[in-house]
Amino acid sequence: MKLPTYQPEAASTTRFLFFTGKGGVGKTSLSCATALKLVDAGKRVLLVSTDPASNLDEVLGTKLTNAPTPIPGAPGLDALNINPVEAAAAYRERLIGPMRNLLPEAALRSMEEQLSGSCTVEIAAFDEFSGLIGDPEAAKAYDHVVFDTAPTGHTLRLMSLAKAWDQFLDKNTSGTSCLGPLAGLEKQRGIYEATVNTLADAKATTLVLVSRPQLSALREAERTSQELRALGVANQCLVINGRFETECPEDVTAQAMQKRGEDAMQAAQALISSMPSFIVPLCSINILGIGGLRALLDDTAEASAVPTGSADWNPPAMQSLADLVTGIEKQGHGVIMTMGKGGVGKTTVAAAIAVLLAKRGHSVHLSTTDPAAHIAQTLAGQLEGLTLSKIDPAAETAAYTAEVMANQGAQMDAAGRSLLEEDLRSPCTEEIAVFRAFAREVGQGTQRFVVLDTAPTGHTLLLLDASEAYHRELERQARSTQPEEVLRLLDHLRDPAFTHILLVTLPEATPVHEAAALQDDLRRAHIEPFAWVINQSLLQSGSCDPLLRRREHAEHRYIQEVVEKQAPHNAWLPWQAEEPVGPDALAHLASSNLLSATRQA
Amino acid sequence: MKTIQVYDPPMCCSTGICGPTVDPDLVNFAAALSQLANMGVKIERQNLGQKPMAFATNAAVKALLEKEGTSVLPLIFIDGEIYMKGRYPNHDERPVFFRAALGQEEAKS
Repeated sequence: MKLPTYQPEAASTTRFLFFTGKGGVGKTSLSCATALKLVDAGKRVLLVSTDPASNLDEVLGTKLTNAPTPIPGAPGLDALNINPVEAAAAYRERLIGPMRNLLPEAALRSMEEQLSGSCTVEIAAFDEFSGLIGDPEAAKAYDHVVFDTAPTGHTLRLMSLAKAWDQFLDKNTSGTSCLGPLAGLEKQRGIYEATVNTLADAKATTLVLVSRPQLSALREAERTSQELRALGVANQCLVINGRFETECPEDVTAQAMQKRGEDAMQAAQALISSMPSFIVPLCSINILGIGGLRALLDDTAEASAVPTGSADWNPPAMQSLADLVTGIEKQGHGVIMTMGKGGVGKTTVAAAIAVLLAKRGHSVHLSTTDPAAHIAQTLAGQLEGLTLSKIDPAAETAAYTAEVMANQGAQMDAAGRSLLEEDLRSPCTEEIAVFRAFAREVGQGTQRFVVLDTAPTGHTLLLLDASEAYHRELERQARSTQPEEVLRLLDHLRDPAFTHILLVTLPEATPVHEAAALQDDLRRAHIEPFAWVINQSLLQSGSCDPLLRRREHAEHRYIQEVVEKQAPHNAWLPWQAEEPVGPDALAHLASSNLLSATRQA
Repeated sequence: MKTIQVYDPPMCCSTGICGPTVDPDLVNFAAALSQLANMGVKIERQNLGQKPMAFATNAAVKALLEKEGTSVLPLIFIDGEIYMKGRYPNHDERPVFFRAALGQEEAKS
């Protein structure tokens, strides 16, 4: 498929530019490189980053704050960094701080948990950057304001509904969840409205959908595109970052990688032809400094030298997945969950573990949420002792939504119903709906092994804990809506002998930081992950392609970080030229080891 | 007309749908309040997670929280007097609550 190479000029006819896409697709690199190109063309640009684990300071060589800071070496460019997690913490403190001496400690703690969900983080980030868009004075010194993130459809819909705040927060009885986090922000509603209007103005705002040549990332881009288009954000373009063309026709790994990318783009033909679409060639992963960013969008500039020192580096000791399973199987039963952001390979890892356990004679149940589910499907009837089931998040969410609307919505007026419906579109709802399905599966782990490719977040579990305590208080009257196994779930999950959580990541910056955030969240609920799994590593791929060798080298620091800072146990899985399908391929993948010579060195 | 004040625990929302469990009593109570409001009853509903100041500035609520903890919530007042604490009216109690809220007092069972 022939697509033009991305040039910022094509996407920058508007004053505001928003880059959006799932974690690890390169939003920050691309937004920085775009800002630099605009500055080089004589524009004044403000770059706004919202990456919580930002290495933007390092990339730009400047210490950033939440106020515009000039970037040395790029006259005309100012940058600021909003940490949405800190913004959410500051926002929580605005609500809770004044209560410190007024309310008992227990009341403060439960308020805090209610305000720790993903909705609060999203809305706090929106609060921070709406000041730059909705207030005409705020950024008037700049020709362009470039954001490395965009609000989600859920946030935008809430902001539109927020016009109804007077009715719904002040006097109406049917208040709603996600407006809850908005309660402390009421004074700025004029700015929010102006922000929502600016986002929907094609002359003012361009939405740049960033993706990778991967099926899951392209699907995500398509969902985001449709959702935001429905809200009027219609000026969109697509940038597929990391298109790979190998120079080594004889290199199997490189050829397979190139073909996989081409197939994914072919499958996303409808999305690609629906808007201006561009590609950015794959580059080595560590883009450092202004020079590196400029080179990203300049195909003549990339240095093709393989970095020195890569031969001297010895990987730290890492187990194979099979070794990890040996550590887990002694118990004879229990729950194993793989956790991580989309696209890191949770389902593959879960399926490989289930296969190994079954091959070693255990009774195993594998439950996946993978929408395509073909990895698990190929195992059907293949192994004695292995059973399969599927949690379909869309179906679970639809069933849950229908149930709530039938019980609740029927008795409400139209305005109440529309807010309730929006509440049910919140990310929390899917989590809750999947959680109920999940609890059913976990309950079976007392007799055999149950392997799941999903896990509830710490936030969900803490909310459950709070409501469980509440139900315990009411034991006599309460008719709990949850079955017994749900109520015992938290105890199960906290029991390291019963539950093993594996955090799956790729050896790249964003997936590692996202997995670390998941780990922190679980620890808040007093759950300790058992191990990390580093998936799709190019170490020892033996590729002759210079670009892949540079990427292999770029993995070193992230592997080191995982092993030294994050995980007491860890396993390593190599990049697969072909998707592992069937029991033998999965078992083979799980047994892959770093070459022992290297390990002993 | 009467005034009903409800001090909810710090739930995600007044219906509990965003939480991990749905309490049918809570959902139906919310709907009952909605109906009462349409009939002219004044409803003041506060959620600890959203309007904590309302809890801190109401001496009766604050005292109960300090003495009995957050499990004392929800607190339901009718015209300033505690009607129920620690739970919502259940299926059998809702008609009684409804009449009380409308001021149609009758012999209590």
